[in-house]
Amino acid sequence: MNLHEYQARALLAAVGVPMFEGDVASTPSEAESIARRIGTPVVIKAQVHTGGRGKAGGVKLAKTPGEAGDIASQILGMTIKGLTVHKVLVVPAADIATESYVGIIMDRGTQRPVYMVSSAGGVDIEEVAAKTPEKITRLPIDPVYGLMPHQALTLAFSLYQDFAHVRAAARILDQLYRVFVANGASLAEINPLVTTPGGRVLALDAKIVIDDNELDRRPDLALLRDESAEEPSEVVARRANLSFIKLDGNVGCVVNGAGLAMATMDLVKFYGGEPANFLDIGGSSNPEKVINALKIITSDPNVKAILFNIFGGITRTDDVANGIVAATRQFKVKVPIVIRLTGTNETEALKILESVGMRALSDMDQAVEQAVRLAREAP
Amino acid sequence: MSIFVDRGTRLVVQGITGREGSFHTRQMLEYGTAVVAGVTPGKGGQRFDDKVPVFNTVAEAVAKTGANTSVIYVPPATAAGAILEAADAGIPLIVCITEGVPVMDMARTMPFVRSRNARLIGPNCPGLITPGASKVGIIPGNICAPGRVGLVSRSGTLTYEVVNQLTRNGIGQSTCVGIGGDPIIGTDFIDCLRAFQEDPNTDGIVVIGEIGGTDEQNAAAFVKQHVTKPVVGFIAGQTAPKGRRMGHAGAIISGSSGTAEEKLEAFEAAGIGVMRRPADVVEMLRKRIP
Repeated sequence: MNLHEYQARALLAAVGVPMFEGDVASTPSEAESIARRIGTPVVIKAQVHTGGRGKAGGVKLAKTPGEAGDIASQILGMTIKGLTVHKVLVVPAADIATESYVGIIMDRGTQRPVYMVSSAGGVDIEEVAAKTPEKITRLPIDPVYGLMPHQALTLAFSLYQDFAHVRAAARILDQLYRVFVANGASLAEINPLVTTPGGRVLALDAKIVIDDNELDRRPDLALLRDESAEEPSEVVARRANLSFIKLDGNVGCVVNGAGLAMATMDLVKFYGGEPANFLDIGGSSNPEKVINALKIITSDPNVKAILFNIFGGITRTDDVANGIVAATRQFKVKVPIVIRLTGTNETEALKILESVGMRALSDMDQAVEQAVRLAREAP
Repeated sequence: MSIFVDRGTRLVVQGITGREGSFHTRQMLEYGTAVVAGVTPGKGGQRFDDKVPVFNTVAEAVAKTGANTSVIYVPPATAAGAILEAADAGIPLIVCITEGVPVMDMARTMPFVRSRNARLIGPNCPGLITPGASKVGIIPGNICAPGRVGLVSRSGTLTYEVVNQLTRNGIGQSTCVGIGGDPIIGTDFIDCLRAFQEDPNTDGIVVIGEIGGTDEQNAAAFVKQHVTKPVVGFIAGQTAPKGRRMGHAGAIISGSSGTAEEKLEAFEAAGIGVMRRPADVVEMLRKRIP
């Protein structure tokens, strides 16, 4: 789960990471009064879950509180990469001497959190990593002992020469690591970490991604989810316990299991079609899940055919058949449905479908080809 | 005639009285797995289905029954603790089925598992099966058949799809291992490839990977250097968008890394037969195994 910059700032501020005063606004008048309180000039920053905000016109300078209000009214409601801006962050526009990058990711290879720091900050760190990897210092952290004081100092020495800066940065590195662990993050970064002409070291922008698996035991973090910043159909799907990602194609896919769901999408493409979504109904699929899945998929006007691909290992295929029948009774599905189903309780499932005049295939390739053809031939 | 589990496997089920645990214990018993014990704290002294003795701790189960393998069906919040308990009790093979284990928990758990010389399979995996001998986890027994092809996969139902293709076409399996779809897992492709290479009863290997991370690339490098048996591979997620978690926590393309293309290229460079569709597995294996 991605946090907004202002939410990440709050987590960092709570452990004492130094940063410029700033606040979040959802209306132009709020932005104006924040600017008045913290002093101008200020920077108004769109709070959306995507990079490239600046290029899209979502980050702007305001010289007076009045201008802060005007600019906020331009940015609020604008769309950046398909996401509507509902909140802006108002922070002082300060003089900056240097910009560095400090961040922690959970690394699969070492199976540990890995600290990455670079004096080439303020830009996309992935680009730095790809083009000039020598500019990044990497340090795996033992999760049992945490970041040791000498490690924090060593990382800080790779950023700064001035020992006052080093000491301040080491402290921030320790604080960031604590935030990373305490909130079950998979990524926590300060980019840029800046020095001011006056010699202070401050966090200017922050990004935190929380491991979704933490949310069940951390309702306080789950509350930070901003559903207005997500694709509406994905919000509905999550509430129905479905793993769903909307795509741009016209073949709607309902599959059990993430790997098979991906393989099904790939096969749609293989046969010349485009998948409209990724959807995993999970292992123990009750009919209710199937109904919800069909509701979500049919609400996408691009969908011209729906493909069920169910391999009943643990999933009972008769549950899925019952779900399909119940759904088509509840609401009219206007596009053709192709069903591939095989495995546990297959005979019962076929009877259930036959009783309402529906049929199922047992071969995955056949079903995908048919769904792709029907989508292509659709009016 | 297999890797990791065989007729000598004596299984303890952690979470045997739970909904998932009890359902799958019955399936494993029906398959013929030697389920010798169950563990549910507070229910020690009971018998599961009048058959399997239930203990309060894994250590007790090991002491009384000689269990040498554990399978875990407990909720995500307690899964890491269950793994630690099994490792501490001296269990050499621990299979964690639980989905949704916080990654930070796994980062803290793995060093301890290694310090006890235990092998963890999973979490978030379907387990493994040596057809005709022992099934540990949730892979449906009826789609498998004994034979000489080893299979290792990050996925559940996609594995079933491929295994089913094999069995229906008369190609049996030595062992099928689901290693799990999480970012941090106990056993990776290389561990399984090494074991299959050393197993005298495995003639060929199927590797089923997916987007995210570099495990498949590492596996390809290992195959090139150390595996002489024929290997065929599949990568799911060729149409997946970047930066989105495709169900499995580990199935995410970050930046330009973890894409299906780079994995398929690595496979090809290592001489692994690349399957374009799951159905290709049969023909590709037949071509490569004399």
